[in-house]
Amino acid sequence: MRIRLPYLAVSTLASLFTLNSAWADEVQVAVAANFTAPIQAIAKDFEKDTGHTLVAAYGATGQFYAQIKNGAPFEVFLAADDSTPAKLEQEKETVPGSRFTYAIGTLALWSAKPGYVDDQGEVLKKNTFQHLSIANPKTAPYGLAATQVLDKLKLTDATKAKLVEGQNITQAFQFVSTGNAELGFVALSQIYKDGKVQSGSAWIVPARLHEPIRQDAVILNKGKDNPAAKALVDYLKSPKAAALIKAYGYEI
Amino acid sequence: MPLDANDLGAVWLTVKLASLTTLILLVIGTPIAWWLARTHSWLRGPIGAVVALPLVLPPTVIGFYLLIALGPHGWIGQATQALGLGSVVFSFTGLVIGSVVYSMPFVVQPLQNAFSAIGQRPLEVAATLRAGPWDTFIHVVLPLARPGFVTASILGFAHTVGEFGVVLMIGGNIPDKTRVVSVQIFDHVEAMAYPQAHWLAGVMLVFSFLVLLMLYAGRRGKSGWS
Repeated sequence: MRIRLPYLAVSTLASLFTLNSAWADEVQVAVAANFTAPIQAIAKDFEKDTGHTLVAAYGATGQFYAQIKNGAPFEVFLAADDSTPAKLEQEKETVPGSRFTYAIGTLALWSAKPGYVDDQGEVLKKNTFQHLSIANPKTAPYGLAATQVLDKLKLTDATKAKLVEGQNITQAFQFVSTGNAELGFVALSQIYKDGKVQSGSAWIVPARLHEPIRQDAVILNKGKDNPAAKALVDYLKSPKAAALIKAYGYEI
Repeated sequence: MPLDANDLGAVWLTVKLASLTTLILLVIGTPIAWWLARTHSWLRGPIGAVVALPLVLPPTVIGFYLLIALGPHGWIGQATQALGLGSVVFSFTGLVIGSVVYSMPFVVQPLQNAFSAIGQRPLEVAATLRAGPWDTFIHVVLPLARPGFVTASILGFAHTVGEFGVVLMIGGNIPDKTRVVSVQIFDHVEAMAYPQAHWLAGVMLVFSFLVLLMLYAGRRGKSGWS
C-alpha cells in the first residue's frame, strides 16, 4: 500500500488540532496507588458526563510530594493521607480552600488462599505464617494503620520477625497475590468490587483498631485555571462518584 | 553522626551483599567467560546474549520474574522448598541470587575480553613446554588476565551496590536482611526525610566516584573493558 504524503500531512495536522482543542479540557491527576481501580471507573463516567479527559499517574504519596515540589505537571492530587495535602497547602502549592476528604480507607487482612484468613482475624494470633506483608509504615498510611492494628492486638513483638514491607500498598498486595507472603494488610479497595471480596480470603479490619485513613484531595497551583480540574473535584463530591467510591470498599 | 543505626546497618548490608555477589560471580563467571572466549560452538551466541540480558532489561523485569520464579509457585521456589531451604524471597539469600543474575554481565564480559586478548600463542608455547591445562591456566592465563579480573571485581561490586529495582521487588525492606542503601535512600525521600537522604546519597556519590576513579586511573592507555 502506498501512503500519499499530502494526505498523511493533512491528517497529522488535523489530529494535532483536535488534540490541541482537547488540551484545555484535560486534567492531569496524581493518584494514590490504593485508589487506582476506583479512579479508573470514575474516569470513565467523568469523561462521559463532562467531556473532559482525565490523565492519571499512580504512585506513592511521598513520591508525588517530592515531584510536585519540583515542578511536576499535576493539577489535582488525590493523596493516600491527609497530612501531605495539608503540608502542600501550608507551603502554598495548592489552590486555597480546595482541600477535602474524598474517601476514608478501609484496611483488610488478606490472603490469596481461600479459607486462610478467618473473618475475625484469629489467623494473626495463631501465627503459623512465615511472612506478613504490610506497606512501609513510614511512608504509606495503610502501612501505618497496619502497625497500629498489630499494636492494638498486642501482636507487634510476635509478628516483628515476619513482617515484610512493600514500598507502597500496591507492592504489599503483590507480595500476597504472588503467594510469597501468606497474608498481608492491604487496602480493601484492592480486593473489593461490587460490594464483595473478589478472591482469596479476608478480614475487614474494624475501624476502631486504627486511626482513620483519611484520603484528602487538593487542586494544585498548576490546575488553578483549568476548568477540568475544578470539574473533577466537583465530580468527586457528587453522589454518583460517592456511590462508586463506596462500592470499592471506602467510607465517605 | 548524621547517619543513624539503620543507615549504618544498610551500609554494612550493602557491602556484605556486594562482596559476596562479586566472589560468587568470579567463581562461576570465570569458566563461563573462558568458554565464551574460546569456544566455536553455535551456542556461543545464545549464551553470550543471555549473559548480557541484564544490561538491557529493566531491573523491574528481572525483579518481577525473580519474584515469580523464587515464589512458592515458581520452579526455583519449589526446588528450594523441596530441598528444605524454604522460600528465599525476602531473605539475604534471595538478594544474593538476584544480584548474581543482575551483575553477571559486568563480571563475565571483562573476563571474556581479557581471555580473548591473550590469544592462542601463549597457550601453545605453554603446551610445548609441557604445561598441563590447569598449569597453563594458573601460571599463564591468570597472570595475563589480571587486569580483567580487577575490572570485573570492581564493576561487579559497584554495580551490585547500585542495585535498586531488583531488591525493591524481592526484598521486602527488612532491616539488616534486605534493606540496602539504595532502598534506605528511597525510604528517606518518600518519608520526606531529606537531610538523611542527602547524607546517604552523598556517601553513595563519593563511593561511586572513588570506585570509578580507581578503575580509570588504573587503566591508562588501555581500551575496552579489560
